[in-house]
Amino acid sequence: MKKIAIEVNGKKVSKEIQDHTTLSGLLRDILNLTGTHIGCDTSQCGACVVHVDGKSIKSCTALAADLDGSKVTTIEGLASNGKLHPMQEAFKKMHGLQCGFCTPGMVMSAVDLLKNKKNPSDQEIRDWLEGNICRCTGYHNIVAAVKEAASKM
Amino acid sequence: MKTFNYHSAKDVKEASKLASSNSAFLAGGMTTIPSMKLGLASYKDIIDIKRIKKLTGIKVSGKTVTIGATTKHSEVASSKDVKKAIPSLAALAEGIGDPQVRNRGTIGGSIANNDPAADYPSACIALNATIHTNNRSIDAEKFFRGMFETCLKSTEVIETIEFSIPEKSSYQKLPNPASRYAIIGVYVAKHKTGINVGVTGAKSCVYNDKDLAGALTKNFSSSAIDSVKISSSGMNSDIHASSDYRANMVKAFTKKAVDAC
Repeated sequence: MKKIAIEVNGKKVSKEIQDHTTLSGLLRDILNLTGTHIGCDTSQCGACVVHVDGKSIKSCTALAADLDGSKVTTIEGLASNGKLHPMQEAFKKMHGLQCGFCTPGMVMSAVDLLKNKKNPSDQEIRDWLEGNICRCTGYHNIVAAVKEAASKM
Repeated sequence: MKTFNYHSAKDVKEASKLASSNSAFLAGGMTTIPSMKLGLASYKDIIDIKRIKKLTGIKVSGKTVTIGATTKHSEVASSKDVKKAIPSLAALAEGIGDPQVRNRGTIGGSIANNDPAADYPSACIALNATIHTNNRSIDAEKFFRGMFETCLKSTEVIETIEFSIPEKSSYQKLPNPASRYAIIGVYVAKHKTGINVGVTGAKSCVYNDKDLAGALTKNFSSSAIDSVKISSSGMNSDIHASSDYRANMVKAFTKKAVDAC
């Protein structure tokens, strides 16, 4: 067992975890933050993307023990005062989701993209979302949603 | 995933001391963790080396670029120094996996794993890299031994990778559309001392294609390799590409790389 102290969505959290607990496991099973989804569980599908110290990573492939002292933002941490984040709003408006399983990861990844590039082209959005797999939408409306968010942010 | 003991080493000495034949060093974990989840690997001890400050960073000095083992792909891809000294190396890093993998995965992890389809091993071959560990310096040509095999000992930690800055170079790959691993990747580098053609994805281990390099030494142009025969014997054959196709692509991508130099 390892004791770790991290910050999740602005709240300080101190937990005793098993050595092999992943960040996705800590978020979902211990902190009950089930917005972060686990798809492939081997860092290919991107459903589990969260931000650690401001950068998007796949939480299924990061050990929680190794993130002691980090700041984590999950999909639950995007909305503020009951108001959706512009990226969430844009996914809703542009029908950037269907079943919604990949959406938390898509949104977290797309938010990181706009941090690095304010007005990405279609190709840049598609390249950035390379590690996020969606089996419903065909991606077209996801790209449209990211562009819509970029125009609002 | 089977349980293990997690250790975060404070320095290389501690990391090496904790290591055994039943342990693995953890950097980005982009291969180690999925391998453990899939039951392909299990270890008693996982020794995290990410917090060892000495192992990260990029230094350019005169003729070489030296990159710390735990430097992330995204850091190499965005480094102004690397872009200026060896633009093809920054471009290679930018083409690995996806943004989240590049935010975690490290150069040391990539070469220590020596996946036959990984990108960085071809850079080590083409750029006459020296791999500095905690107890020796190894030439890239001797470092990569075979499929997922290097000459590293279980207690040996890669500290830095030192690349020679070439006169011209280019890395061209045919990526698997899903994983972005190389179905074929060819790294051509022209140094004052000679030409290297590092090929990844084609065989069970990265190699320097001496026939292609020889033809390019006589005449550094894509037409110079028209007459070079690439044998498909010993090349990988899988659902993505047959060995004959790979042999053909080695030549096609070498031409592409030469034209892009």
